Amino acid sequence: MNTTNKEAHSDIEELLPWHAAGTLSRRDAQRVEAALARDPELARRYALVREELGETILLNETLGAPSGRAMEKLFAKIDAEPARKQVLSLNFGVRVAGFFASLSPRTLAWSASAAALAILLQAGLIAGIVLKEQSVGGYETASAPSTDPGVGAFTLIRFAPQASSDDITKFLEANKLQVAAGPMSGGLYKVRVAVTGLPKAELARIVKKLQEDKVVGFIATTE
Amino acid sequence: MQTTSDEVLIARIAGGDRLAMQVLFARHHVRVYRFVLRLVRNEATAEDLISDVFLDVWRQAGKFEGRSAVSTWMLSIARFKALSALRRRPEQELDDKTAEQIEDHADNPEVALAKKDKAAVLRQALSKLSAEHREIVDLVYYHEKSVEEVAGIVGIPEATVKTRMFYARKKLSELLKEQGIDRGWP
Repeated sequence: MNTTNKEAHSDIEELLPWHAAGTLSRRDAQRVEAALARDPELARRYALVREELGETILLNETLGAPSGRAMEKLFAKIDAEPARKQVLSLNFGVRVAGFFASLSPRTLAWSASAAALAILLQAGLIAGIVLKEQSVGGYETASAPSTDPGVGAFTLIRFAPQASSDDITKFLEANKLQVAAGPMSGGLYKVRVAVTGLPKAELARIVKKLQEDKVVGFIATTE
Repeated sequence: MQTTSDEVLIARIAGGDRLAMQVLFARHHVRVYRFVLRLVRNEATAEDLISDVFLDVWRQAGKFEGRSAVSTWMLSIARFKALSALRRRPEQELDDKTAEQIEDHADNPEVALAKKDKAAVLRQALSKLSAEHREIVDLVYYHEKSVEEVAGIVGIPEATVKTRMFYARKKLSELLKEQGIDRGWP
């Protein structure tokens, strides 16, 4: 075995624990698999690694678990914390993920109608649009949003089931709109139409104008 | 069955959702406890520390940026808390060493082998590793952390993670040899 092969062997050997635990990238896992297939000594050493893996898991599993006191203590401490302001401006992608996660299989089964599916698909599309907008804007900390999404004039919009991602993007851009929250019950989104509050008459005029767009299925003013 | 992801739970916790905190705690507290227990080697201390770890999660959830898995983030917090506790209580290390010495004076290799199977001897050897080696072995094998994640938790370069794991395993072989088990490696 020449030096390069020895180095490669050593490199591969160092990866064996992660290969056994299944935490290597696909590329590294393939490298290790290929080396194991052609090197019986490495395969023997891999068997040792697997023994260590099994016994480490067993050892940890015999350590037991903390008593219920740990949870009681935690929540006593949390109760003693100062009241927290509800954070309404959670990352939109996370909110959408949470929405999907909150659907039980039974709920999904019941909502198998075309309209409900359209809303679900649309949630994904709109999440994509919002995420794209965020990525274009570059890195931004959660604590330092560029604008306060709680300030301005808002409408509730349900997009038409047939509206595509492109249609919705163009609609939002053309009308300088921003999705502030959603999807809510019934597939509604809270959409900001202006960064400052507007007189009722002005907001009603904007709502009427937006209502004429084929992308909009339903629209109403909201606080 | 669908389950809410850890990231979604963290987002809800950031908004003050206690139920999300309960779910996250139920999901991870045993593993976090075992990780801490292996470091501090005292059940009461470990139990105290996990409520501190999850309290930090409650407080810091809004700052979590998702650059690592939630479990990796929590193990980082747990490690910091455990090491701080050990620094505050040097006698803990003393207990550790004392316990190791007691085990060292136990049965000679032949008796140990006669009494226990190879797997039991291996587990005993795993317990005798130094805190540094024990930590990395647990993170890789039990907590299923990648090279990158271990580097993040322990705060060392990825290359060091690999070599430290290698030397931990080498030490394990030496401990086994002392107990009469020659693995033919390294």
